[in-house]
Amino acid sequence: MSAWVRALVSAAICCQLWLAPIVLAVVETYEFSSPELELRYHQLSQELRCPKCQNQNIADSNAPIARDLRVVLYEQLEQGATDEEILAFMVARYGEFVRYRPGVDRNTLLLWAAPGVLLILGAAGLLSHFRQRRDSTANALTEAEQAEIDRLLREPRA
Amino acid sequence: MQAKKFIPLVAFAVLAGLLFRGLSIDPTDLPAARLGQPFPDFDQPELKSGRQISVSALAERPALVNVWATWCYSCRVEHPYLLALAEQGVPIYGLNYKDEPVKAREWLSQLGDPYQLNVVDVEGSVGLDLGVYGAPETYVLDATGRIAHRHVGVLDEAVFQRDFSRWFPMVAAAVVAADLKGVQ
Amino acid sequence: MIPELGHVALIIAFVLAIGLAVVPMWGSMRRDVAAMNMAPSLAVGVTVFVAVAFALLAVSFLQDDFSVAVVAANSNSLLPPIFKFSALWGNHEGSLLLWVLILAGWMTAVATFSRGLPLLMVSRVLSVMGMVAVGFLAFSLLTSNPFERLLPNTPLDGNDLNPLLQDPGLIIHPPLLYMGYVGLSVPFAFAIAALMGGRLDASWARWSRPWTNVAWGFLSLGIMLGSWWAYYELGWGGWWFWDPVENASFMPWLMGTALVHSLAVTEKRGVFRSWTVLLAIFAFSLSLLGTFLVRSGVLTSVHAFAADPERGLFILIFLALVVGGSLLLYALRAPSVASRVSYSGVSRESLLMINNLVFIVSTIVVLLGTLFPLIMDAFSLGKYSVGPPYFNAVFVPLMALVMPFMSVGPLSRWREDTTRRWLHELLVPGIGVLVVAIALAFLGSEGFNLWIALAVLLSGWVALGVFKDLWRRITTGAEGALKWRRLTPSFIGMAMAHLGFAAVVLGAVVVSQENQERDLRMAVGDVEALGAYRFELLSLGQQAGPNYLADQAVFEVRRDEKVIAVLVPEKRRYFASGQIMTEAAIDASLWRDLYIALGEPIGEQAWAVRLQYKPMVRWLWLGALMIGLGALVTAFDRRYRSQRSSESAIQRGVAAVAG
Repeated sequence: MSAWVRALVSAAICCQLWLAPIVLAVVETYEFSSPELELRYHQLSQELRCPKCQNQNIADSNAPIARDLRVVLYEQLEQGATDEEILAFMVARYGEFVRYRPGVDRNTLLLWAAPGVLLILGAAGLLSHFRQRRDSTANALTEAEQAEIDRLLREPRA
Repeated sequence: MQAKKFIPLVAFAVLAGLLFRGLSIDPTDLPAARLGQPFPDFDQPELKSGRQISVSALAERPALVNVWATWCYSCRVEHPYLLALAEQGVPIYGLNYKDEPVKAREWLSQLGDPYQLNVVDVEGSVGLDLGVYGAPETYVLDATGRIAHRHVGVLDEAVFQRDFSRWFPMVAAAVVAADLKGVQ
Repeated sequence: MIPELGHVALIIAFVLAIGLAVVPMWGSMRRDVAAMNMAPSLAVGVTVFVAVAFALLAVSFLQDDFSVAVVAANSNSLLPPIFKFSALWGNHEGSLLLWVLILAGWMTAVATFSRGLPLLMVSRVLSVMGMVAVGFLAFSLLTSNPFERLLPNTPLDGNDLNPLLQDPGLIIHPPLLYMGYVGLSVPFAFAIAALMGGRLDASWARWSRPWTNVAWGFLSLGIMLGSWWAYYELGWGGWWFWDPVENASFMPWLMGTALVHSLAVTEKRGVFRSWTVLLAIFAFSLSLLGTFLVRSGVLTSVHAFAADPERGLFILIFLALVVGGSLLLYALRAPSVASRVSYSGVSRESLLMINNLVFIVSTIVVLLGTLFPLIMDAFSLGKYSVGPPYFNAVFVPLMALVMPFMSVGPLSRWREDTTRRWLHELLVPGIGVLVVAIALAFLGSEGFNLWIALAVLLSGWVALGVFKDLWRRITTGAEGALKWRRLTPSFIGMAMAHLGFAAVVLGAVVVSQENQERDLRMAVGDVEALGAYRFELLSLGQQAGPNYLADQAVFEVRRDEKVIAVLVPEKRRYFASGQIMTEAAIDASLWRDLYIALGEPIGEQAWAVRLQYKPMVRWLWLGALMIGLGALVTAFDRRYRSQRSSESAIQRGVAAVAG
């Protein structure tokens, strides 16, 4: 089977049979000049989204375009490009869409700030709640009442 | 009754509105990243003449740039329509994407040649700079030479009338259709 | 004939479900005992007819009746019978029927085990579940009829089940997952019934709690199986992808985790009642949302069902009715007066609320990340992708944040405790854990690894809390002998779940940090090393399966010159669809997996091969298994069995609180 027929078959699988996930393990045997590059290759190929597939990174996708982008990634790494340069290169051609880790900008501020903001708001809410609780102990049950409830709650064990 | 207790309901209403909007959005529909930018420069051979050309060779504007290859089945499907458009005076430049030039020339001599010229892109490097996913794809170069639109997939009458005709007012719907019949 | 009978059975079930949704609810408003009494029989009726429909669809699959559209689209005469059966739920229509069947099963379970509960409560709970069933049965009948025929153009053979799904994992993964998903409708129904009756008390929490734990346990098991299945079936050894479909099941789990803990406080202490009700509504709402996300096509996923906006619209309307209605009811009826039970900021209550805080923030973050591309698209702000790098970056710290509190929680006292006592209990052993963590972190392949140190520290800390608690329970007040019998199912379940969580964290961190992988070209006779292991490709061959032809490669794995495994990865081509599948070969053990996957042939005699060494990857699933089983164990606690007698006592207890 020639390379192009295979590419055609993959293209058919990727672009026409949308419903069937493509899950061929992608195994390629690049020779890296250093283990650091290989590590960065693995990280970046998992952070870049295959532009015309379903939700898959270029490392896992068998689509021709993913294969092309892996080659580009490999070459650029070997040529000494930084991660930022490579990401900028990809984004210029395929849009923000290719980044699984969206860059921080005005639009994505919500996304990146949300966890921290929610956590702080929630913690503040909890603290004020606990403070109220402590202050409201005046109307709380007496020890005797509480003991009675505890006893009643335990009772059905019998 | 406290206003506070309505917060979850309001939050859900917002979410439901978003989801409703989502139903009419196609998440797989991606605009080209190069929209509004000049066509990226290149230094590649032309398919028939073999001379080296650059982006300045795509001189006639507005024009279509059609990404095609002989291994691409859908390209064969849209080919007659491209011929009909060329007949109507639409300048079409070809990007022969990751193909074998010999086969490509054979294809054009057999099926007819709608292209002003063809950029040979065996490695796919022009395609990469353009942000091509695969073939077929068709780009609009506007009068200033910027990329104004991209269509992924087969270009046909309906798509052209909907998305392309504003750059090519000279193409009358009925005439193309008639032409197309003649071609077939 | 059989599909038509199935269709009729489904219609009858639909009519009965309408009856269940209307009659007992009406009866509960009018205090009409006869009408309320109909609830259990109607629930059983729905179950019987859904089961009949399900069985008849199964018969159509097993008999290769390709005149039925779903059979033609998802089965094939060559398919082994067990996969013909599981193909039933390997598609949208059939899986929806499975969903309804499981919902009906839960209704019958509630009807059976809740005889001791007040009729008013039971009838309302079942009626609410009946409403949910009406929605899903209508969805099935109106938009996704599984019995639709392809007459007269019956195909000669079917399209086959997606080869990915031809796997034992798929036989049990969806049913378990749905048990969890749908099971969350039970606490939801209890919450709605309680809101209607205005009785949000400890007894409500006690009734609802075992159901919640069981549903959450099944959900844990379902997610675990999904992850395991992805690991061995997808062929590249990943176990969690943060795909929208995974997130769809993970969000109810996260919210369910908050609910399980909040219910504990409400049951034991009668506080956070409105909060707990809200969580019960949220948890099931997220299940429904998951259904919407998976079946509507608003998000791109590797494994969503066929996208269909019409179906999406139907679920969205249903979602709006159920969730909107419940939240409106909540806004109108949830008690606005906080209970007057007091507790301090240093108490078990407050620790459980910290759990709630973290898990709810986690849920919202996962929801936000999942929907973010849609939000941007809806406001025409561009196309974005949010994937594993984002989720890992925010989710890992959140989990790390909750773990320090996890070991203190079970040891702490209700109402009022002191940090001094916590320190006294945990400081010295905690330092021990720290030392062990630092020592173990040097064991990795590349010297000291901070992540592993943190993972061991946090997991060890959580385990420490569990063992401290265990020790205290079996020794306190005991003279000499250890009192093992004091360990209640509640405690055992909690201990298992916490230890399981620690194991998951440890496994996840170790396998992410110490995973080794090589992509190689190997021909027969080649020997390659990975860590301490040597892999030799002995031979290549072909092997025919029932509906596929496989290329096989036989590998011998040696360590210290001793053969420890012979692994045979395959590349299969399925006849019906022509799809190619990677079948990885795995040598599994508690401390490490060796994983071999074939890529593509290179020339005539060689293959591209991926060899992977995955330390402690099993801990992930063993841990998740412990979480799930632990949750199931808690339901056996004695105090959930004597519900009738407890009720009156609790009523008195509540009367005392109110008085």
